[in-house]
Amino acid sequence: MSPRTLKILPWIVTPSLVIVIVFLWWAIVTLFDVNPFIFPPPQAVAASFVQLLSEPQTWSAVVVTVSEVIIGFAIAVVVGVIVGVVLGKVPWLELSLRPLIVIAQVAPKVAFVPLFVIWFGFGLTSKIVLAALLAFFPIMLNVLLGVRSVEQGHREVMQSLNATKRQTFLQLDMRSLQPYLFAGMEVGIVLATIGAIVGEYLGGNNGLGNMVVSAMNSLDAARTFALILLLSIIGLVLYLIVNEAKRFVIPWHESVYGLRNVTA
Amino acid sequence: MTNETLMTTAPPETSVEPPRLRIQDVGRDFHTKSGVTHAVSGVDLTIQRGEFVAVIGRSGCGKTTLLRMIGGLLAPSAGTIEVDGKSLWRGSHVEPTAVTKLGFVFQESNLFPWFSILDNIALPLKLRGVGKNERRERATELAGLVGLTGFERSYPRELSGGMRQRAAIARALSTEPELLLMDEPFGALDALTRERMNLELQRIVLETNSTVVFVTHDIPEAVFLADRVVHMTPRPGRIRQILPAAFPKPRAVLVQTTPEFNEIVRVLRRDLDEEE
Repeated sequence: MSPRTLKILPWIVTPSLVIVIVFLWWAIVTLFDVNPFIFPPPQAVAASFVQLLSEPQTWSAVVVTVSEVIIGFAIAVVVGVIVGVVLGKVPWLELSLRPLIVIAQVAPKVAFVPLFVIWFGFGLTSKIVLAALLAFFPIMLNVLLGVRSVEQGHREVMQSLNATKRQTFLQLDMRSLQPYLFAGMEVGIVLATIGAIVGEYLGGNNGLGNMVVSAMNSLDAARTFALILLLSIIGLVLYLIVNEAKRFVIPWHESVYGLRNVTA
Repeated sequence: MTNETLMTTAPPETSVEPPRLRIQDVGRDFHTKSGVTHAVSGVDLTIQRGEFVAVIGRSGCGKTTLLRMIGGLLAPSAGTIEVDGKSLWRGSHVEPTAVTKLGFVFQESNLFPWFSILDNIALPLKLRGVGKNERRERATELAGLVGLTGFERSYPRELSGGMRQRAAIARALSTEPELLLMDEPFGALDALTRERMNLELQRIVLETNSTVVFVTHDIPEAVFLADRVVHMTPRPGRIRQILPAAFPKPRAVLVQTTPEFNEIVRVLRRDLDEEE
């Protein structure tokens, strides 16, 4: 396939698929005469979505949810990098903490939300904590892997140049781990979004997650769908920001460079 | 063979200046589960300013181990290494004032993929705190010297293997090292590129008047580039003989077809063949 075709391919396939899916959705709902309380038709969801966007309450909820995601994500990045680097650089520490890390990782963190609410209240803090906690693990583990993956040959270059530990850390380690950090951040931003919304579902009076709960409580399926659509768009935008940042920070990396040369 | 029988093509010492490199009774053991391996043992070698010395031998003869000890990457178990009369090793610690006189070129270019070619060449200067403008200027100059003008802004991945190795040489030269150490720098290149790189290296070395220790397992390459060829044998790694290759420089590719050249190659090949 020519590079030109490859470049325009997603712009054709994605909209086509969306149209097909929406059509099938409409066809099934209409054909089988599904109760709109259970599964509303696409036009009802669209109407509800437009209505949603016109309410000022929606936008303040967007601000709340997005702030929770971004603050939680930022905390996860900072703490994840620090912990990942320290564990990566101090193998005996990582080795002795590994069982605890695995337990903490597999523990269902969502189950802690009631506790977070007790500890941090119904406000933003409990949601930020959950968002940060969910995003922390993939970021930390990827940074740890990155610190361990510095090429031996590169280390020897720094050694032969009589570089100080600090210079080696800044010019080599921190650079080598950036692609790994981005891999962690791409997973992390999605989990942070989930964390904020689940936090709002389970213990809150604000944000989009809370609006979903109210929509369900009033049996407004179309509005619930419209909110899910809005949440998906927010999640997509946040993911794309992280993905786009990658192109500026690590333009040299295979994941960016290789793609650019396919599509250029 | 003793050192008296060896001819050196290096310029005669005009004063009491110490030799560029003096290696005395250097050895290195590796302790493994199956016992002790003597990778290098009892090596003596003195290299004068401006001399080009090639070290040749089969895999496992300790030539790379020796070079890593000279380069400050691996501490010797025995003996002393002096650069310009200054001891390089203090126990297992490297002497910073001695190691800054060295430039190391590895078998892999080991360029940092996140830096442009220019920034890669300028890295040693950056580590020494040279200002941005000055190191850019110097790196641009060096890129010209190694024939990379026009590629300063490229990333290493955009260059061929030969060009990456040129950049690695420029990086090693950026600090104007007293002694350039090269560990099979063209080992990963194809034969034609390699021949071109040998010519380029000869030109660069003559232009910069560098002293070089060059490790290779390619006999003609060693004889073509070097003033003296050091032949090492394995188990334990020690120097078997040192052959002079006193052809006037700069040398053309066709020097390799002369009988004198081929005689040296023949002797080395025969002696290398005797070893297992």
